[in-house]
Amino acid sequence: MGIRLNVNGEVHELDVEPDAPLLWVIRDELNLTGTKFGCGIAACGACTVHVDGKPMRSCSVPVGSVAGAQIKTIESLGAAALTAVQQAWIDHQVPQCGYCQSGMIMAVSAFLATNSDPTDDQLAAAVTNICRCGTYPRIRAAVRALASAKVQVHS
Amino acid sequence: MITRRMFLVGGATTAGALIIGYGLWPSRRLAEADLIAATSGERFVANWIKIADDGVITVVIPHCDMGTGIFTSLSQMAADELDADWAKVRVETAPADPLFANGALVEGFAFDQMKSSADSIPAMLRGPAANSLRFLAEKLDVQTTGGSSAVRFTGVYGMRVAGAAAREMLMQAAAARMNAPIGEFHTGLSRVIHSPSGKSFDYGELASAAAGYTPSSHPKMKNRGEFKLIGKPVPRIDIPAKVQGGVQYGIDIKAPEMLYAAIRISPTFGGKLVSVGEVPVANSRGVKKVVKLDDAVVVVADRFWRARNAVNALEPNFDGGANRDVSSKSIRDSHLAALANEKIKKDRTQGSGADALKQGTVVERLYNVPYLAHAPMEPVNATALYKNDGSLEVWSGTQDGLGSRAFCAKAAGIHLDKATFHLLPMGNGFGRRLPGQWNFLTYAVKTAMAVPGVPVKLIFTREQEMQHDFYRPNVTSRLRAALNPECMPVAWVNDYTTDDDPNPQAHIVYDVPNQAYGTVKVAAHVPTGPWRSVEASWHGFFVESFMDELAHQAGRDPLEYRRALLTHKPRHLATLNLAAEKAGWGTPVSAGRGRGIAIFECFGTIVAHVAEVEVSDDGMLKVHRFTTAADCGMAVNPDGFKAQMESGIIVGLSAALYGEITINNGAVVQQNFPDYPVVHLADCPDIEVYVHESDAPLGGAGEPGVPPVAPAVTNAIFAATGIRIRELPVKNHALGKTARQAASATVFPEKQLSFA
Repeated sequence: MGIRLNVNGEVHELDVEPDAPLLWVIRDELNLTGTKFGCGIAACGACTVHVDGKPMRSCSVPVGSVAGAQIKTIESLGAAALTAVQQAWIDHQVPQCGYCQSGMIMAVSAFLATNSDPTDDQLAAAVTNICRCGTYPRIRAAVRALASAKVQVHS
Repeated sequence: MITRRMFLVGGATTAGALIIGYGLWPSRRLAEADLIAATSGERFVANWIKIADDGVITVVIPHCDMGTGIFTSLSQMAADELDADWAKVRVETAPADPLFANGALVEGFAFDQMKSSADSIPAMLRGPAANSLRFLAEKLDVQTTGGSSAVRFTGVYGMRVAGAAAREMLMQAAAARMNAPIGEFHTGLSRVIHSPSGKSFDYGELASAAAGYTPSSHPKMKNRGEFKLIGKPVPRIDIPAKVQGGVQYGIDIKAPEMLYAAIRISPTFGGKLVSVGEVPVANSRGVKKVVKLDDAVVVVADRFWRARNAVNALEPNFDGGANRDVSSKSIRDSHLAALANEKIKKDRTQGSGADALKQGTVVERLYNVPYLAHAPMEPVNATALYKNDGSLEVWSGTQDGLGSRAFCAKAAGIHLDKATFHLLPMGNGFGRRLPGQWNFLTYAVKTAMAVPGVPVKLIFTREQEMQHDFYRPNVTSRLRAALNPECMPVAWVNDYTTDDDPNPQAHIVYDVPNQAYGTVKVAAHVPTGPWRSVEASWHGFFVESFMDELAHQAGRDPLEYRRALLTHKPRHLATLNLAAEKAGWGTPVSAGRGRGIAIFECFGTIVAHVAEVEVSDDGMLKVHRFTTAADCGMAVNPDGFKAQMESGIIVGLSAALYGEITINNGAVVQQNFPDYPVVHLADCPDIEVYVHESDAPLGGAGEPGVPPVAPAVTNAIFAATGIRIRELPVKNHALGKTARQAASATVFPEKQLSFA
């Protein structure tokens, strides 16, 4: 029994168990490795993708539950040109090891699409992804800059 | 004697001339390097530097990228001396081949350990000396990334020299082409210019001829005033790919027909696998093999999630062995007993040592730090292919490519020549991926040997990563000081537990006339290893907490008290003063808030933090602000240096507030981020970093920010509440009103060790 999965606008027929984690299907079946494995229990956010525009931690999403949904990964962001969030990440020199940043950028992009001028507290409440390198001060600065430039972010 | 340990620990001070280096490759070795790591149209002109016909300059880095920005700063150092056009500079990871062993790193550590510099070696012996060090690097398989050493050693002793030598060779090539004296040429923006005629040549067109000249072992180097790239906040080369998910980390490797593996290791350290139980996972979809190892069971499957589900479904039976009764309490008791019986092994004594405790009022305190996991974002993993011809190929992110190759060959029991290792970027390390901690390589190689001819990617789940790390040791220190009538310390005695050698980082810089250091060795069944800033991560907390206690005991301001003991250390004094001034030290804080200050030097860099915290009546803690000053001599990339200070603060804060690995039944209790919490955006303070430049040799960046974090926070908590925290982490302590009423600066009771 196949599962139809729409990832980055492309539809895939996949022969996988419905309870296979979306993360590993994206990584191992579709070879999209920008989405990362960090904890496996939706605690760190490294695997964040957009499902119908909403940020979801794909390590804990059974693939069967999102068949038919529009799934977007980091690879779809900036495919043509860098998004405002990605550019702000470069301007503020946010990433260090970079491993958490795909998930971080996906989480921040989805959040800014719902609140383009957040307070620091609102940002921190919404974006609970873990970065072990400690890029938080620059994430905050990048988001402040996007907010003050009144950038519209679409997820 | 140079040991691997030196690369991990480093010294408290950095000696060494700023601009001396040599040990360049003769042209024969350049040609060998071309065969290994150059494509058509490019060639090595000096160690680490390739120049292509089209003028593209590639700096080949003998380190791993674990996020600290060294690929950019090392390239800046090479390109600056080369007078290269930065727009044409690219970067690559050096192959894990002995030719690319990092002799400059050995040179730097050797001089550092000997508290000496290349100047102490007669000029005529420098070439042979450098060759010996390079030879040593090859023999020891050194390509290590650790000890905050990339910029201050590889950069200073390797990259800058190679850049300067290559520049001279390019000038020689131009001089030969024009048949003019070399003195008539200068360089700029990747061109050699004939000064009298103005005729110029691009580096690309000279590279082939330049590679034929012998590199000078002591080329002319720039003075600080001549730098064009060093000291500039050049944007990091690696960042654009990292915002697009475009970096291939170790975990992302894909090989044709590749299988995946998941592992369960004996929870109790040192335990053995007895059986894998009766659960029939072999018939589960995709499962290829159940591999029984000495202390672990591995499932190999066609997809990772299938391997993981299957290994989790097993009911393996492990024999915990001798360690099954070890617990955090038994470890703590053993530390207290060891320190109480006073069989202290003397390390270092200054003045009258511990005898001087009789010269004043004794203050005695006990401190402890817990085991810590590294918890890198990317769990450790490795992909291995054991071929049918008995050769081995491994892909992984580790902190030493060449060392990993030798390690994997040994694990497989094959000759070194039959092993290939591919070093990949990693989702940070903090020491987890350093030599000595490569259990993931061992398991990957052994798994691959069980399915020969097929590449297998072994990934630790977060739970396995958390429970089978090599932890920052649990260390207890008994500190004593004697205060004179002016309440200044005349004696400083630090006895502490160790599962290794004595710690040079225990030695204080403060002007205390009599000092004594001693160790008690404690049994350690928990595997330990270097964790970002190594020994300084505990001695920073001990020394700076105790100094704060002495200041309060003396009724003096903690900043002013430290200043009085640092008058002989102008760099420390300036750094301390800068942090205090920028933090507004001495100005009033709002109700419930307090400021704490701490300073520590390690890996050649001095860092002072002022933390400002707020504690509510019900004990909720918020760290509002960190103001940081650092003296690293000079920051090669000031923005990158600041990023490393920020990083050190966040990692240090995670450790100080929450970090704790506990042991029960000889096994780690914590499993994943929910029970091993780390700092999130919501906990992140505002951070300001100020660099105090000095003429000191270049210092490290990755680690020195960490040690003063915890004491700055706990000193601030004391200022806000009167509660002194002597055992980390902070989360275990009540800070509310009730706790404050009970808090008092109890003088350490004789013979009854406690943390009260």
